[in-house]
Amino acid sequence: MMEFMEGSHAVAHSVKHCRPEVIAAYPITPQTHIVEALAEMVANCQLDAEYITVESEFSALSACLGASAAGSRVYSATTSQGLALMFEVCFNCAGMRMPVVMSIVNRAMGAPLSIWNDQQDSISLRDSGWLQFYAEDNQEAADLHYLAYKVAEDRNVLLPAFVCFDGFILSHTYEPVDMLTQEQADSYLPRYTPVQRLDSADPISFGLFASPDYYMEFRYQIDQAVKGAAKKIASAGREFGEMFGRDYSDLVESYRLDDADCAIVAMGSICGTVKDAIDEMRKDGKKVGLLRLRSFRPFPEKEVRSALAGVNRVAVLDKNVSLGTKGAVALEVRDALYGQQVPVLDYIIALGGRDVRKKDIRAVVDMAGQGKGDLFYGLRQELVS
Amino acid sequence: MTGESCGLFEYGHRACGGCAAAMAARTILDAAGKDTIVVSATGCMEVFSTPYPETAWKVPWIHSLFENNSAVASGIVASLKKQGRKEKVIALGGDGATFDIGILCLSGAFERGHDFVYICYDNEAYMNTGIQRSGATPYDASTTTSPAGKCSTGNRRPKKDLPMILAAHGAPYVATASIAYLPDLKKKVEKALATEGPCYLQVHAPCCTGWGFEGEKTMAIGKLAIETGLWVNYEMEEGKVTRVKKVVRKPVEAYLKEQRRFRHLFKPTRNEPEIAKIQAVADRNAERFGIDIKLKK
Ligand SMILES: Cc1ncc(C[n+]2csc(CCOP(=O)(O)OP(=O)(O)O)c2C)c(N)n1
Ligand code: SF4
Ligand SMILES: [Mg+2]
Repeated sequence: MMEFMEGSHAVAHSVKHCRPEVIAAYPITPQTHIVEALAEMVANCQLDAEYITVESEFSALSACLGASAAGSRVYSATTSQGLALMFEVCFNCAGMRMPVVMSIVNRAMGAPLSIWNDQQDSISLRDSGWLQFYAEDNQEAADLHYLAYKVAEDRNVLLPAFVCFDGFILSHTYEPVDMLTQEQADSYLPRYTPVQRLDSADPISFGLFASPDYYMEFRYQIDQAVKGAAKKIASAGREFGEMFGRDYSDLVESYRLDDADCAIVAMGSICGTVKDAIDEMRKDGKKVGLLRLRSFRPFPEKEVRSALAGVNRVAVLDKNVSLGTKGAVALEVRDALYGQQVPVLDYIIALGGRDVRKKDIRAVVDMAGQGKGDLFYGLRQELVS
Repeated sequence: MTGESCGLFEYGHRACGGCAAAMAARTILDAAGKDTIVVSATGCMEVFSTPYPETAWKVPWIHSLFENNSAVASGIVASLKKQGRKEKVIALGGDGATFDIGILCLSGAFERGHDFVYICYDNEAYMNTGIQRSGATPYDASTTTSPAGKCSTGNRRPKKDLPMILAAHGAPYVATASIAYLPDLKKKVEKALATEGPCYLQVHAPCCTGWGFEGEKTMAIGKLAIETGLWVNYEMEEGKVTRVKKVVRKPVEAYLKEQRRFRHLFKPTRNEPEIAKIQAVADRNAERFGIDIKLKK
């Protein structure tokens, strides 16, 4: 059913439909509307979940880990500083193979303190073993939560997952969203049956310490599971498409790429602006296309390589920067294209909520045409010179 | 001691011979029984009991991090409640995990009132990483980060009063115990588990390796701590002290002299002012808890 909703509320409703049994979260801008909405649903008996009002994000994810180990479907949401406070627990959740699903309402990392959007927070956890999905709009942000649970809880995956969507730009924006009904959601996502759990009828130990004789094999298996998740994303995404008409089987989305000279690569809400800019540039005869990454973990290496096979240059829009080198997306796209002659140019853009307009996208494409890249785009020169 | 153990904490773990923490684990599980989920913090007990692929735990057991056992336990309690399951939850942590790095999670879990028991095995320093001081290290104890030296008499601060802090959270049952009195420990674990809401137990667990005494003296050292008044076994119900172990007190020296961590107070020369300060700690404990048995003349 089509509803005109704020992004946070669309996500909260999807989460409710996923029937999490334990929720633990701590408020932080711009995530608050989600956890407030869920608290209200619990308070009004619309959602039958244990809602733990923890004293920190660190405890939020730790409580989720415990509840997941005990056999419950769990949910949390955070952003930026909150996610950074969870850093240690994030690695733990993945290492212990707990299928926690967490919304990341992307926000910049301090210092300087900023509540505004970029994707530095979740990107900084790219090595942690969590699956990472990035939504372009509120529809996708809502839908990806169903997909995330379905993939995370799969016996061959058993990994935690971030559903990332841009703070304010999506979370606080009203858009029409086609919401599933509870019945539809139930038919797609059945009740959670854990593979193993803390249970006195069958006692097992979780979280042992591993000597050098064992550690690497654990890490290898997690790596295999992250990579292998692509298969499950494909099948679960296809099933979603068959049931509800929106197909998420591809880890990437190509937009007017077929005959493109210049390919833009980006993730998240910026892609909406990019698509509009591309339409305009196309009218001017410029052959520009977009490759949008919906999944950053697993990284769609093969898909990137085949989608970008015919282009002359690649302009990556990175809403993050690995300080001292480049943006994370560009580094990985470049790696995926290793051995091919196509130049991959990186543009660090829109950090800390700086607005990006269509003319900025045009400017980037022009710079890429001149071979100018690997820079922070749109700096106020008077502040840095 | 406590009769036949039900063996839910298996032998064959890697603890030092004479490790009080291992004795505590065994007694705790004897009291708790098999329908118990244990959440351990990183530290000696976790490391010596679960070298992959082995485990000493015959109950469901989980370890996540050094400082989050209370939060993990919160999640487990919530999950069990949602599932309508009846298992008990015990969070176990060393003094470092409990007094220091995990106090945020501990405070949060107690304030929220989850129904679980937190048991701190208190060996008065970070033993697993090589005997560094913690907020539970007693005054003047020499550790690797509070070493006695030419211008140092060891740890400069008295032990943090964590039981009172947790009682102030409204915990219905808070108690201290010692591995020197295992039947008492067992009773207190049973009582804590039978009490609804978050309960806290702090168990004195002498560490032969970290304190510097022979492994066969663990019980004797634990007993001396009680007999000198440097450790008091008491119970608090609804914030009030309801039971205290009374003793005919010995001078603190009797306890201090037995341990390498206090050796600097006696060698090369006796440091009377410092010994007197530690005696004052015991005297304050005695007065505060009324532990002295008055001998009839
Ligand atoms: C966040 C973090 N900081 C530091 C450590 C290193 N560390 C592991 S165990 C430990 C000390 C444990 O002390 P305590 O809780 O008293 O337990 P014990 O080893 O004495 O039994 C430390 C410092 C860690 N594992 N995690
Ligand atoms: S160092 Fe101390 S606490 Fe650790 S295993 Fe040895 S005796 Fe036990
Ligand atoms: Mg200790």
